[in-house]
Amino acid sequence: MKAPNLIKGVQLEGLRVIGDPHEYAHKYYLGGIDEIIYMDIVASLYQRNSLTEVIKRTCRDVFVPVTVGGGIASVDAVREVLRFGADKVAINTAATKRPELITEVSRRFGAQCMVLSIEAKRKPGGGWQAYTDNGRETTGLDVVQWAKRGAELGAGEILLTSVDREGTRTGFDTDLIAAVTSVVDIPVIASGGMGTVDHLVSAVKQGNCGAVAVADALHFARMTPAEIKAQAADAGISMRPT
Amino acid sequence: MSTRVTIIDYGVGNILSVRGAFDHCGAENVTTSDLSEIEKAERLVLPGVGAFGDCVGEMRAAGLVEPVLRFVQTGRPLLGICVGMQMLLDDSEEFGRHEGLGLIPGSVVAIPQTGADGQPHRVPHMGWNRLIVDPSRSGALLDGIDENAWVYFVHSFTAFPDDPSCRLADADYNGRKIAAVIGRGNVMGCQFHPEKSGEAGLSIIRNFLRI
Repeated sequence: MKAPNLIKGVQLEGLRVIGDPHEYAHKYYLGGIDEIIYMDIVASLYQRNSLTEVIKRTCRDVFVPVTVGGGIASVDAVREVLRFGADKVAINTAATKRPELITEVSRRFGAQCMVLSIEAKRKPGGGWQAYTDNGRETTGLDVVQWAKRGAELGAGEILLTSVDREGTRTGFDTDLIAAVTSVVDIPVIASGGMGTVDHLVSAVKQGNCGAVAVADALHFARMTPAEIKAQAADAGISMRPT
Repeated sequence: MSTRVTIIDYGVGNILSVRGAFDHCGAENVTTSDLSEIEKAERLVLPGVGAFGDCVGEMRAAGLVEPVLRFVQTGRPLLGICVGMQMLLDDSEEFGRHEGLGLIPGSVVAIPQTGADGQPHRVPHMGWNRLIVDPSRSGALLDGIDENAWVYFVHSFTAFPDDPSCRLADADYNGRKIAAVIGRGNVMGCQFHPEKSGEAGLSIIRNFLRI
């Protein structure tokens, strides 16, 4: 999101306005989606999260868990978005700058609330490096090491976005997902690259992720939650039906 | 006909989502920490998120325990949600022993760190899971609810009512039986979050509003 709009890009760049985020969230809720993630993509730049209005509207008619990310840099900022109705927060930039924030949020609000968001880009020599600000700023952190440390510090979940695949519809980076899931025992949500339901099936079966995040395929109405779930269930993945 | 519900606000948890769900189900609702409001409520909802000891501590500090107990004695319905449900029991072992409200005899204990097969599993029990409803004792709160409805859980501790007939629905977490809905007369509780459990959760809320 780039308040007040829902937007979508390719590899987190070239953003296109899609519409009103709350309307989309509500449509997906009625369609049987399991959780909603709101990401404010300019928040870190301006050091604030502008999503409180949309969160407030969301908890009036979207009755599934809501995760909010973007620019959240302190325990007070977490308290604020939770107070407006979010269930979890996703933190990237602030955690890379001050990893203890993960522990502080986890202790104060519970690990279930603290989602560590990681933007991963493949390194030329192999492996992945963690980025911030929509894949623009490098952190120097190795993704797999960072994920492991984040889990040790108290993160309850990892939202793992492949910047290389994001918006490309070419499939999840299953090597990346598998590399992370093999070193942490908290759930990993794979994000970036879903073009077909087969991609989701590989992410779960080969990558061993606990969930996948879908944006492009839904926002451009290429698929509905019901179609995705029905096909995934046919492929033997157990999940809540719509 | 508008149903009135009073949601206890003692400074913890995501009250706005609970309110949103009750609004959506057509209930006129107030959130309050006012003792007289609580005693004269038609129906009470006790939410709760976080550690048991903190929640009970906040309730006691605000002087809310006695008004809730007096409310229950009148026979009017009370619904506890998540830690709000756990507080209905006698005590919990979360971070030391803490006394609860004692409305449903039993204790709150940690979810075992392994599944029934002895393999380590993840605690907290977090995410969507299926209810196992026993229609013979499920009662009005679960009226019309699918026997295997999916609902959303987030918890590390689980309630063990002394009297098994207080378990209105369970969930299975890798072979560990989780008390998902408990009840004793007018006192009821959901371990999961009905306000985050889609249409199944809303149906349970509507049922509560009809009790």
